[in-house]
Amino acid sequence: MIRYALGRLTSLIISLFVASLVIFAVIEVIPGDPAAFMLGVNARPDTIAALRAEMGLDQSVVTRYFDWVTGLLRGDFGQSWTYKTPVADLIADRIWVSLPLAIYALILSTLIAFPAGIYAASRRGGPGDITIMGATQLGVAIPNFWFAMILVLIFAINLRWFSAGGFPGWGDPLQAIKALTLPAIALALPQAAILARVMRSSLLDMLGEDFIRTARAKGLTRRQALWRHAVRNALIPVLTIIGLQFSFLLAGGIIIEQVFFLPGLGRLIFQSISARDLIVVESVVMLLVFTVIVVNFAVDLAYAAVDPRLRART
Amino acid sequence: MSILAINGLSLRIGQTEILHDVNLSMQHGEIVAITGESGSGKSMTALSVMGLLPRGAVAQGQILLDGVDILQTAEPDLCQMRGNAMGMVFQEPMTALNPVQTIGAQVAETILIHEKTTKVEAHQRAAAMLERVGLKVAPTRYPHELSGGQRQRVVIAMAIALRPKLLIADEPTTALDVTTQARILDLLQDLVREFDMGLLLITHDLAVVADVADHIVVMQKGRVVEAAPTAQLLANMQHPYTRALFEASGHAVQLPELGGVGQLLSVRNVVRDYPARRKALLGPRPMVRALDDVSFQMDHGERVGLVGESGCGKSTLTRAILGLEEVQGGDIRLDGEPVFTHHRPNLAVRRRMQVVFQDPYSSFNPRHRVDRLITEPFHLLDDPPQGKARAAAIAKALGDVGLSPGDAGKYIHEFSGGQRQRIAIARALIIEPELIIFDEAVSALDVSVRAQVLDLIADLCRKRPLAYLFISHDLSVVRTVTDRVMVMQAGKIVEQGDTEQVFTNPQHPYTQTLIAAAPKLPELSHAVETV
Repeated sequence: MIRYALGRLTSLIISLFVASLVIFAVIEVIPGDPAAFMLGVNARPDTIAALRAEMGLDQSVVTRYFDWVTGLLRGDFGQSWTYKTPVADLIADRIWVSLPLAIYALILSTLIAFPAGIYAASRRGGPGDITIMGATQLGVAIPNFWFAMILVLIFAINLRWFSAGGFPGWGDPLQAIKALTLPAIALALPQAAILARVMRSSLLDMLGEDFIRTARAKGLTRRQALWRHAVRNALIPVLTIIGLQFSFLLAGGIIIEQVFFLPGLGRLIFQSISARDLIVVESVVMLLVFTVIVVNFAVDLAYAAVDPRLRART
Repeated sequence: MSILAINGLSLRIGQTEILHDVNLSMQHGEIVAITGESGSGKSMTALSVMGLLPRGAVAQGQILLDGVDILQTAEPDLCQMRGNAMGMVFQEPMTALNPVQTIGAQVAETILIHEKTTKVEAHQRAAAMLERVGLKVAPTRYPHELSGGQRQRVVIAMAIALRPKLLIADEPTTALDVTTQARILDLLQDLVREFDMGLLLITHDLAVVADVADHIVVMQKGRVVEAAPTAQLLANMQHPYTRALFEASGHAVQLPELGGVGQLLSVRNVVRDYPARRKALLGPRPMVRALDDVSFQMDHGERVGLVGESGCGKSTLTRAILGLEEVQGGDIRLDGEPVFTHHRPNLAVRRRMQVVFQDPYSSFNPRHRVDRLITEPFHLLDDPPQGKARAAAIAKALGDVGLSPGDAGKYIHEFSGGQRQRIAIARALIIEPELIIFDEAVSALDVSVRAQVLDLIADLCRKRPLAYLFISHDLSVVRTVTDRVMVMQAGKIVEQGDTEQVFTNPQHPYTQTLIAAAPKLPELSHAVETV
């Protein structure tokens, strides 16, 4: 198990290193002068020169990469050109919206998908199965911003249970969670639909396995065999999807953030790209990549927790 | 009172009749074997007794287990009986266990769902039961850490944990090596005696049946064609199908005299190592020696057998000869040409060898027609036949294996298992190779089909000098279709020699063990005389 974890950790570090190289290369070594690019066509030469000095563009590529990475490791993400504040502060403000939102949506999605998938699989071909599969088909097909607008229409405008957007901050946790609820639902529904389908088909695969027949021969009922033997084995593909979904929810919430007017990472990166603030873009992208890789690492560890065969592997 | 009585059991799924008027009875401490070819209804009979029929199956008649009619029992009560009054062991030990639970927990589960007992006590009893079935590993192990034979012991422990009156074993040893098979059969016989339970043994292997059963039931196409005590049935077979089955099982072919001269294949001091798991975190990767200094020769037209248990290196040797993998040491040559040159397979040699694999169901692409399937080896030729020459080659190859040229346009799913294996042989023959490797090529076939395929191989030898390496775990088959045999153990060839000589007078202790462990068919005519 320790060997497996260390193996995955090594792969994590290598992935991070490669990702940092790629991001640095794409943004800093693109043809043309990043400073001129950031300031636009009408910039005065002395402004460009000042920015060049500030970004360290007069130094060698290797030195710049090294400075950037060591900065990241120290938590120093540089200074935003457009906001004139440290990027670390910008991210810190927004991560407290995006991260809870992603986790909230993921929990909702799992809470919906697991029972739905298991129920559908246990009643394969029955009316319950057909209803759930029909619903998930809809869930996959309908875009989440449309869900978001419908939710706003019903729960914010008509029923007035929630506000239609904005984020009050974590001063009052209850209010903060309430503000994140509609966005989380909008994000979670399509994800839950996908997850429920994966759960169902993975379970059905497992129910056809020999060891389920063995379990039934022991005297387990159909339901006992499903819960005790099939579910845990079916988790492997489900965990894979959950890992992918978390990464998507963290970075891909941008449309939902726009709809609900939430100050999240998605909007930060969108605004930075519009403002050509490469320093912010570079750091936020690196942060997202970091999160994705760490989540994948966690998923790998979860595999091993579920499946003893993986623990033995290097 | 009999422990199990099946009276007039009929079973249909949709419009298809699976079982027709099956009758059977069994006493305490008795071993009843149901035998027959695939599709005869053996397994369905077993599943009917367990009440585990597939959805949509409609059963009629009576199945009395200790006087209780299974067919009239509601599902919740059946769950109470399964694992408690009756246990079942399945064919495939590799997949019969849940991979994510320890073996101890899986055995303990049988106890926990039927008896009000503590977890600790259930685990203690499970450990004791695992010990009783001869398993020498800790109950905290996971299935993937165990061999096939060990896993089958776990499945048996699960089935008998509550000392059921009836144990059903569906092909319990078919997937195992002969020596393991002998040990598992011994164990089952011991348990029957010790627990005074009835054992319903389902198997296609007549040698096993004759060896262990008290009573034999022969099934064909869902009907019982003959049922009698073992000695009586062997001495006096009433039904022609029974006789045909036994004759096909012991089928011997007449190979033509060795015609070829000169050496064809030479394997010299071949060594193949595979990397194994590291013992320490950053320690050196230990190597597993799959082939250890293997040397042998084959002449043109010679028929050589290779026997040994799973993991002994048979498949590695096959891959090395075919040039699919490079070996670390030694030298493999066909007619003096190396099979590997400059770290690449030597095509000039490769086209002179073909292989026929075990599984006739998975070794064909289902989307291609037979003509395309059997002409696959043409890509090895520099100038493959086109147009009429190609059609003629296809027709000849199909004709050689007893199929008609009209079969060329069909898809593989239109053929039975035996026909598919003929197509596999046609595919191997089409470029007229000098060496064919039969890798367990008849192991998945029913006895009567197997007999036909063996006849076909002998026939082909008569038509032209055909050298082959026949790899099989089935000693009786190897004995009849080879001139010379090699016995492999742990990567080494421990004995080789003239087939009859090796079988009648084995020299190496391992060969002796193998031959002793293989169940033997009773001599038919001989059996008649003794009674």
